[in-house]
Amino acid sequence: MIAEGPPTFGAVSVGAPGDRGLLARALDRPSLPALVGLVVVVLFFGLEAPGLLSAGGAAGVLDVAASLGIGAVAVALLLVAGQFDLSIGVVAVAGSLLSAVLIGLAGWPTWPALAASLAASLAVGVVNGVLVVNTGLPSFLVTIATFLILQGTALAGFEAVAGSTQVTGLDQAAGWRSAAAVFGSSAEIAGGRFQVSVLWWVAAAALASWALWRTKFGNAVFASGGARTAARELGVPVRRTTITLFCLTATAGWLIGTLALLRLESVLVTNAGLGTGIDYIVVAVIGGCLLTGGYGSAAGAAIGALLYAVARQGIVLAGWDPRWFQALLGGLLLVALLANGVVRRRLKAVPRS
Amino acid sequence: MSTSADAVPPAPSLPLLELRRLSVHYGSVAALCRVSVTLPAGEITCVLGENGSGKSTLVAVLSGLRPHDEGQLLLSGEPVRFRSPLQARSAGIATVWQDLAVAPLLSIWRNFFLGAEPTRGVWPLRRLDVDRARETTVRALARVGVTQVDPDQPASTLQAGARQSLAVARALHFGARALVVDEPTAPLTVAQQTLLLQAIVEARTQGLAVVLVTNNPRYAHLVGDRFLLLAHGAVAGCLTRDDVDAADLMRLMAGGEEFSALTAALTALHSELGDR
Repeated sequence: MIAEGPPTFGAVSVGAPGDRGLLARALDRPSLPALVGLVVVVLFFGLEAPGLLSAGGAAGVLDVAASLGIGAVAVALLLVAGQFDLSIGVVAVAGSLLSAVLIGLAGWPTWPALAASLAASLAVGVVNGVLVVNTGLPSFLVTIATFLILQGTALAGFEAVAGSTQVTGLDQAAGWRSAAAVFGSSAEIAGGRFQVSVLWWVAAAALASWALWRTKFGNAVFASGGARTAARELGVPVRRTTITLFCLTATAGWLIGTLALLRLESVLVTNAGLGTGIDYIVVAVIGGCLLTGGYGSAAGAAIGALLYAVARQGIVLAGWDPRWFQALLGGLLLVALLANGVVRRRLKAVPRS
Repeated sequence: MSTSADAVPPAPSLPLLELRRLSVHYGSVAALCRVSVTLPAGEITCVLGENGSGKSTLVAVLSGLRPHDEGQLLLSGEPVRFRSPLQARSAGIATVWQDLAVAPLLSIWRNFFLGAEPTRGVWPLRRLDVDRARETTVRALARVGVTQVDPDQPASTLQAGARQSLAVARALHFGARALVVDEPTAPLTVAQQTLLLQAIVEARTQGLAVVLVTNNPRYAHLVGDRFLLLAHGAVAGCLTRDDVDAADLMRLMAGGEEFSALTAALTALHSELGDR
């Protein structure tokens, strides 16, 4: 090192602690492995299935990525705070079923019905959050329980009330057109039909990213997951933060369900399956979240969703057996877990005094 | 050493912090039982006692982690009951925690302000004042002798000593009236101990009420003005510097009833020990 006079006060250090080159700084970004993975997958499937890179192909990819990404961004925040939520997929289904019943059978106008199902989803989030912070049970198990309860109640309840597995003709309801413009519209750009859900996804990722890095709330999220004792000792509202995050994932679930409802103009009773809940977590982990909490990014989760969507659509467009997708996703998850393990060791390594 | 305290005439004003018959229960167990003690400004009160004697609970009460159940906690004569460490911190009582309360994955400046971040803007757009937080952190760390630090580094990249300095600098920054130091359990080098002692003495010079919780009587006698001995959650003795020397303190610490009981039991089993 060349001596350049005495070190100036407050200057970014270049000495021993600051021996962090571009690579080290890049490795500090949780979203880096997902970004690298995305580039690799896009290159691979771009060669294998050139249709993927056309406007139509891109629209298909973004459509898959948007719905998944909204959930994954919310789940990423929750993972950073050291908690899980597996019930988000079923909140999407149950929320849209409730909206459909209120609009199609009870004759409610569209907006009040959507508000009511949002309130119900938030109630699920509050129940999840309060159970987790008050009992100290693993959120993994608590949300599996709410998942099962909600799945059974929503599906059986819907059929009991509606008398069938489907409600149609929702588009006659008051306010449907304006709601459909907000949640279900699409635009033709360069020959591809892009859904409005893409905008919701980008907005959710941007907002979550800003909140995580630039607000007190974000600091509380990081501290709740990475150092819960320290957070408590410094008066960080860990309980309030956790409950808020469960409300956020429930809201994301409601948004996913509402986007589908307003686009399809009907609702079909389907089994959400635990798989959807796990998909969000897989995508968030691919996006760089540590399962142990305290580290991760919303932008990474959004990129992870894009990676997921490119792989899925790429396999379809390349004419492969779509079941290969699961194997590929598993491989991606494994690579992400190993990369995250390296990150964690790097970050947790305590220098000797 | 105690001249600064002696120079001030016995002030008629109220002590900064006072505990009056204060009790804390965990279930049916009393962790603190009717503890009465005054913690005057500009003095270092050392809290000594064995593990489980209530030292940690006392720290928890003073720093707002655990509200007391009975009795009173007076801040400048006003009864207070902190429901959160945030309330204690905004009242000017800052704590150096035994585990340092540093989140390893968070950057240094985020750690420094964790729970009390400076913000700007109005609510929906209220955001961290990152530049101010960074500058303040660098300045506060320089005050405790840590320079050449990038505040954006994760705290895990700090050496153990610098991590302790971060905790001390944070407490000095937020502690306007009182400083509570729960002596870190991690083994400290001489340089680190010196730093901690310097910070404590500086806080006294600035007129803060300092509470030092420690297991080490020698260490306590070096800086302490007053000594609070705790046993089984109750006050076993409250002494001033004039009453005791380091050897007395050591005897009081080690020569508690447990030690006599142990000696008796050992002597009964091995009678030859009694001759020693």
